[in-house]
Amino acid sequence: MTAEKVKQVSMNSEIIRIRNDFPILQQNVYGKPLIYFDNAATSQKPRQVLQALSEYYSKQNANIHRGVHYLSQQASEMYEQVRVKVRDFIHARSEHEIIFTRGTTESINLVAHSFGNAFVNKGDEIIITAMEHHSNIVPWQLMCETRKAVLKVIPINDNGELLMESFNQMLSERTKLISVVHISNSLGTINPVKQIIEAAHQRSIPVMIDAAQSAIHEEINVAQLDCDFLAMSSHKMLGPTGAGVLYGKMELLEKMPPYQGGGDMIQSVSFNETTYQNPPFRFEAGTQNIADVIAFGAALDYLNALDRKDLLRHEQQLLQYAAEQVQKIDGIRIIGTAKEKASILSFIAEGVNAMDLGMYLDTQGIAVRTGHHCTEPVMDFFKIPGTIRASFLFYNTINEVDAFVSALEKGITLLNKK
Amino acid sequence: MKTLAEAEQEIINDFALFDTWDEKYQYIIELGQQLPPLDDKFKNEEHKIKGCQSSVWLHCYRDNSKIYFRADSDSTFVKGEIALLIKVLSGRTPDEIKNTSLHFIDAIGLRQHLSMTRANGLASMIKKMKEYAEV
Repeated sequence: MTAEKVKQVSMNSEIIRIRNDFPILQQNVYGKPLIYFDNAATSQKPRQVLQALSEYYSKQNANIHRGVHYLSQQASEMYEQVRVKVRDFIHARSEHEIIFTRGTTESINLVAHSFGNAFVNKGDEIIITAMEHHSNIVPWQLMCETRKAVLKVIPINDNGELLMESFNQMLSERTKLISVVHISNSLGTINPVKQIIEAAHQRSIPVMIDAAQSAIHEEINVAQLDCDFLAMSSHKMLGPTGAGVLYGKMELLEKMPPYQGGGDMIQSVSFNETTYQNPPFRFEAGTQNIADVIAFGAALDYLNALDRKDLLRHEQQLLQYAAEQVQKIDGIRIIGTAKEKASILSFIAEGVNAMDLGMYLDTQGIAVRTGHHCTEPVMDFFKIPGTIRASFLFYNTINEVDAFVSALEKGITLLNKK
Repeated sequence: MKTLAEAEQEIINDFALFDTWDEKYQYIIELGQQLPPLDDKFKNEEHKIKGCQSSVWLHCYRDNSKIYFRADSDSTFVKGEIALLIKVLSGRTPDEIKNTSLHFIDAIGLRQHLSMTRANGLASMIKKMKEYAEV
């Protein structure tokens, strides 16, 4: 055996070992083994995460930060430990720069609201890109409306790559913030965020990164990137739904007013004057999603124990192989052909409705996403109503890709019968 | 012409031949491929029921106190579902249309797919059909 082959075999056994940690992947749907290719929508959860959830509710459940009793102190400590885990996971300077939210969407809304109120005035400009998820469009539209600011959009080319020239020309003294998706959920494009941040910082413009897709695939290093804000979701990173993170540089967070008011975020309340806590607690009003945050900590532990570089290589192999095989089928056109791509494969099949094909794949036990993927402007750009999107995670296999491609061929033949 | 109840029962009997979602899907696709096309003049905004992932064009008309439906979709699966609905509802009296619960949808195990309101606009189509019977 060649060295390359030996490596491949050991990789395969590693994937099998990992798959065994995911109970949901062991099941059949409609009597067929489940093939889960909707990872860009949400990832599946390893039993370690499920155990952490049930363990927490069985042994520690209490409200945090206020209780003097044993359970509350345990729960508070576990919750705050996850803040430290997130700090280390994304290489932030301090755990005080880590705010827990419900997810990426809430993280972006928080910044749009609080940063907007602190820093954005009439005629100021916010820059996003043409490939943003609706979650990184609508909060800025809302903010621009109330602050009388202007939303600018970096255009893309036919491959689904940002036109960096246009971006550079867009920067001005009116630009107050740039918010950019790291990896596009509908195209798979990996954006040159480092380059964007450097260009923006030359003009002292802060940059927010939507890391919803990238946090599971790429190593996120906010110190190296030097981004000013970063948002991510637990549920796309093997953790539970309803928990997420906003990273923000302390010098900005300190100057931002609260997002929501309520318990836990205050220093003192009176009818004359209410004062607020320092970040991150200023931005965490009300009882937090304690259990899911703690289970998210278990997801981070799980990820940290893996050789993520090897797994990324495996995901790239899945992407390349799937793209090659899918392109052999008559009438298929891949949407999103950027040079730098994550394991997201979006495509259309000529003359075949995407939803019909997605439903056919469903009958075969294969889960994909169809439609506009909450990126309507991207679909408008490519002049298509929607795509079929297969998104791979490291627990997926080449055999699954083969089954997917053969089902795809059968579905297209069936639907093309007139 | 069969009664509404007979038409529903016939569909239920047809679907009883299929065990799996796979088979039901293929049968519905077949029905969709056989659905007579809707005249292009009705395929406009006025007749369009927009779903998130597919659209339906619905043309309703009355003849001799009966109501008739013709429809089309950009999705073959939705066209198949249209064929089933037309079989049950088209050529009925307004009262028949108003009062039916379309129990065949549950009986053939299609409720979960029909309830994808956001995706295929089919639930809106049933609503529109019933509304037309109200006027």
